[in-house]
Amino acid sequence: MRLRLTEEEAAFREEMRTFFTTEIPQDIRDDVRAGRHLGKDHFVRSMQAMNAAGIAVPNWPVEWGGKDWTPLQKHLWHEEMQLACVPTPLAFNAGMIGPVIAHFGSQELKERFLPATANVDIWWAQGFSEPNAGSDLASLTTRAERDGDDWIVNGQKTWTTLGQHADWIFCLARTDPEVKKQAGISMLLFPMDSPGVTLRPIKLIDGSYEVNEVFFDNVRVPGENLVGEVNQGWTQAKFLLGNERVGVAPVGATKRALATAKAHATDLGALSDPLLAARFVELENELLALELTALRVVANSADGKPHPASSVLKLKGSELQQDVTELLVDLAGPLSLSSGSETVPEWAALTVPTYLNFRKASIYGGSNEIQRTIIAGTILGL
Amino acid sequence: MDFELDEEQTALRDAVRGLLKGYDPATNSEHRREVTATDPGYDEALWGRLAEMGLLGLPFAEADGGMGAGPVEVALVAEEIGRVLAPEPYVAAVVLAGGLVAELGSDAQRSDVLGSLAAGERLLAFASGDVAEPVVQGARADTIVWEVGGEVFLVDRPAGAVAYRTHDGGRAARLEFDRAAATPLGNGGDARAALATVQARARIAACHEALGAMDTALRLTTSYLTTRQQFGVTLNRFQALTFRAADMYTDLELTRSIVTWATLVAADGDTAALPDAAARAKLQTVRAARRIGQEAIQLHGGIGVTDEFSIGHFTSRLTALSHWLGDAREQVSVLSASLGQHGVLDPLD
Repeated sequence: MRLRLTEEEAAFREEMRTFFTTEIPQDIRDDVRAGRHLGKDHFVRSMQAMNAAGIAVPNWPVEWGGKDWTPLQKHLWHEEMQLACVPTPLAFNAGMIGPVIAHFGSQELKERFLPATANVDIWWAQGFSEPNAGSDLASLTTRAERDGDDWIVNGQKTWTTLGQHADWIFCLARTDPEVKKQAGISMLLFPMDSPGVTLRPIKLIDGSYEVNEVFFDNVRVPGENLVGEVNQGWTQAKFLLGNERVGVAPVGATKRALATAKAHATDLGALSDPLLAARFVELENELLALELTALRVVANSADGKPHPASSVLKLKGSELQQDVTELLVDLAGPLSLSSGSETVPEWAALTVPTYLNFRKASIYGGSNEIQRTIIAGTILGL
Repeated sequence: MDFELDEEQTALRDAVRGLLKGYDPATNSEHRREVTATDPGYDEALWGRLAEMGLLGLPFAEADGGMGAGPVEVALVAEEIGRVLAPEPYVAAVVLAGGLVAELGSDAQRSDVLGSLAAGERLLAFASGDVAEPVVQGARADTIVWEVGGEVFLVDRPAGAVAYRTHDGGRAARLEFDRAAATPLGNGGDARAALATVQARARIAACHEALGAMDTALRLTTSYLTTRQQFGVTLNRFQALTFRAADMYTDLELTRSIVTWATLVAADGDTAALPDAAARAKLQTVRAARRIGQEAIQLHGGIGVTDEFSIGHFTSRLTALSHWLGDAREQVSVLSASLGQHGVLDPLD
């Protein structure tokens, strides 16, 4: 057992901290710190700065721009980025389709897509969820039918996050309706401006546009745009979602949000209230327990198998993330009614939109009920 | 950063587990009941075997009759004790009272007192104030490590101390002290720094004991859910129940992380960081112990409230540990005082 980082690990952490606090444009970091709405430009400039330094996609194979880092180094990279108010690399590119193409794609597909994906020259959308296939993803009904060498795609996706910015989509479609539902799915890649693709933004409860519906009406996709083998899509999706759960607890961002809340409480002179101080103490402590659990997981998953405790990260991580948004609303008090005015501080006006928006955190990426099902079934044998 | 036991530590854990297997509630829930039914409420023969194995001197210097081991080894002994709810007063006698003698005692005091503690010949208890209550094993202890006004003394057990049973099957007593009979530990004088350090170490060890108990409480509960039948199916078919077990697991793992971290802070020897680390471990442990203890009974149904079935005794012990060596309110108060001194908390700094 060992508490401290090794000298090399500490130096690595310092190197990351220096990079993120000096090489990412200040305006991006200011907007993240203030909790303002982030546009396409924020994500692209930030990820391109990381990619120029070779650290945008460390989880990929080294030959495609990945890093031969230990799980702990990857954790430190991810934490320092969040603490420095840097937007994390675009999940659809760096965490989802990139690793899938690198693992399952042909050499041609890799050469065609991986460099552009690492540099966000292509912004990807995730075409997974459907109106009747959410947590039960394998029930999807979007279908792709053969037409010569091409596929013809018909159907609908939903909750397509930031699809309004997307150049391409990776889309799960049913390619064999006759077999068990998991066995007849494939993954297709096609441009969002293909004839027959229609995107309809969904306005969220905080007034923002983050997710979309995407409709496919006889979209023609060349055969070479199918990833790996026909009907291998479920395996690829599970691989992708497995990656999605790594680093899924946004510890650094939540720590930063809590520290910001504490600064506001101090400014308001409210921290001398023992009830409020107790709330901060309890949250800081739970967050510490979560961070240490994340460290336990990365420190002991070097052989590639995730630590059993990793399943608690999404569950508790999203709860604590939401708890901090709640705390900020309560700190703002009646000022939280404002949705923006000259007379109300910006942070106070943003608290309720953020609170409402982050109800999503316990729903996406495998809802917390799915996580409890996994813990009960896989770990506890229930 | 590494949270896993090495080979020697794993071997020690297995040996301790073997020694304590007589208490294992899965195989023999009667033994503990028999031991705790009569004074002194623990198994003195087993205490002797713990001594033979070197466990009663584990954290003390070899020159003082100890084994020279550290907080990690102490933690795993405490965790095994908690795992089977063994009533032996290990943390109270060895980590707390013995720890103060090790920290403050003169060469002669350490050699004499720790040597006989390690040999199983002398039981120590820690007491605080002119009138101390409840002192764990206060009526059985041969020597009391007594704190008053920030100074620490050795004193024989006061005459007339009467043991009473605590709700978790243990023994405690009210002790009234006469200063004349007290010998200062070491040079005497203000010992508050050493008290803070040793109490923090004991608090962390007690968290490990609770961790072991929570681990078993969850295991007994999942075992019950997979065997008990109602409505023609085993209880694990009901999602309302399995989700609650999943939350127990989440609590347990978060607690394991923070308590293990606190042990590593203790092992690191950073006495400035130790009290806060112990407070953090304790706060999380108390919160988790309450939820896990309650849920373990609820998921067992009526049998969970009976004396005959072991699960309720886990809840009782967890409740006792939660209110011994500082409760949650005290930890929140300690941590509130330092709240304004940091922005983000950084366990790696």
